[in-house]
Amino acid sequence: MESAIDPSVESQIREWRTYLLRRSTVHDLDVDELEDHLRAQISDLGAAGLSEDESFLVAIKRMGGVNDLSREFARERSGQLWKQLVLAGDTVRERPALEYVRLLVMLGFAAAAALAFKVPALFGLDPFADSAAGSTSGEADASFYLRNGVLLTLPFLVGFFAWKRSLSPRVVAVVGAVFVSAAIPLNLYPLERGGDTEVLASLHLPIVLWLAVGVAYLGGAWRGDAPRMDFVRFTGEWFIYYTLIALGGVVLVALTLGVFEAIDIDMLPVIQSWVLPCGAVGAVVVVAWLVEAKQSVIENIAPVLTAVFTPLFALMLVAALVGMAFTGNIIDAERDVLILLDALLVLVLGLLLYAFSARDSDARPTLLDGVQLVLVVSALLIDVLALAAILGRISEFGFTPNRAAGLGLNLVLLVNLAWSAWLLLGFLRGHRAFADLHRWQTAYIPVYGAWAALVVVGFPPLFSFA
Amino acid sequence: MYSAAMHERGDARIAKDLVAASAMPLVLAILEEGESYGYAILKRISELSDGEMEWTDGMLYPLLHRLDRLGYVEARWVSPEGGRRRRYYRITPRGQDALSEQRRQWEIVAGALQNAWQSFRIHKFALSAVEG
Repeated sequence: MESAIDPSVESQIREWRTYLLRRSTVHDLDVDELEDHLRAQISDLGAAGLSEDESFLVAIKRMGGVNDLSREFARERSGQLWKQLVLAGDTVRERPALEYVRLLVMLGFAAAAALAFKVPALFGLDPFADSAAGSTSGEADASFYLRNGVLLTLPFLVGFFAWKRSLSPRVVAVVGAVFVSAAIPLNLYPLERGGDTEVLASLHLPIVLWLAVGVAYLGGAWRGDAPRMDFVRFTGEWFIYYTLIALGGVVLVALTLGVFEAIDIDMLPVIQSWVLPCGAVGAVVVVAWLVEAKQSVIENIAPVLTAVFTPLFALMLVAALVGMAFTGNIIDAERDVLILLDALLVLVLGLLLYAFSARDSDARPTLLDGVQLVLVVSALLIDVLALAAILGRISEFGFTPNRAAGLGLNLVLLVNLAWSAWLLLGFLRGHRAFADLHRWQTAYIPVYGAWAALVVVGFPPLFSFA
Repeated sequence: MYSAAMHERGDARIAKDLVAASAMPLVLAILEEGESYGYAILKRISELSDGEMEWTDGMLYPLLHRLDRLGYVEARWVSPEGGRRRRYYRITPRGQDALSEQRRQWEIVAGALQNAWQSFRIHKFALSAVEG
């Protein structure tokens, strides 16, 4: 009976379908399901004596407004802040004109960031140009970019958010103050070129500045659990997008070099001094825009990525622990090994944090949560071993900037991992809500910032700028 | 979370907050009777409430998705031969747990209301006896 629907009603149904599908929150399958409902309703009403036209109108009316429907689907699909913000408006889709303006402004900020990154070249600071041009000045240039690269780039990201979120002057001032108070010590301290404190300060600087970007991202409302988790999610998605785009960029560069080599033009200098640095810097802003504009794409990948890599990292850490137990080779206190371990632990923590942020906090424990516990506990053990190694070295040879930084970082991680393991265990045994873990992680974020700030500002004078 | 649209039809019989609050246990209870699909669930709700509780139809589907995500129901597509495919929902053991928990809570609420109305009636009765 359903097949015998009037062609004009049939085309109306098709129109309604495409209208619904234009809402990004209503997926294909949802529309299939709703259409099935609509048809069942129409044929029932038809059986009750209504004409097909009338049946269609009544069925559509009962189905409810498309706006309400897509809003309800969006609410169900995620409790994420940005959708709530978008949904607070009347329509789910923003006007294309506004999107267009946003695109142009974003490109402006990206281009400005790329150019600003190259401004020092006007003053002869250009480590990208030619590696053969005098080794001493090349080293000094590299050191300048090591210290200032992030400082030159991230203000434009802040600027983009300031424009997009219409930040109040007070928030802009706060974020600006962080940048300035990081720039002053890095450039006025008499840091030894290539010395440990310089490298350490430069490595920790991005953490401080990224948190300042977070304040701008959240429109100044950085207190509270949900906004902070939102920023964590943004960070993870930004990282994934950036990696994807960087991979694409590498392929593009390789092909460009190859193609121009075939016609005997050497593109390497241009690519080295312009395309790579400008591309890498501009992408920082472009990717931030992408994360928000094309959110739904990455939203589907992210849980998959965490689900794939959480077990793999857990397996790797367990294997490493088993290896240590069997061979009796406890962690070597070599500097490189410790740095590698710290990088690994930071990565594990990032993975964990991102998995938490992507997780629905009112759901029950799953197998993945169990795997996460394995991951946390094995990371904790490795952290303890690394700490023991560092402490052993410190007691034997005394403090150096690297050892102190390693000690601090491992302690910061230890506290987080230990308490996370405890909360996760409680959650798996049903004593605790997942929200406790959420809250703990977001409450801990400023600790990273504080520690990084100490390394940037405090370490150089403490270790006499060595 | 079920917005005003859930019950926007003019002849609102049951307040929308009540409809929203009872939506989940009602759907779970209907699925407890057996596997079903969206349109049939809505018909059943209308039947069970003598047509007093009616939703904006579309709002059932986000709710079903939520139940699916929470693991309370399982969904599968069934395509009969030569027919349009349809999405069927079945309650899971976890859904049954949730249902019995909901049921316990609703019984407490209903019991409390019952008692309150009882004492209200006795009170009124006593008052009218004194005055009469």
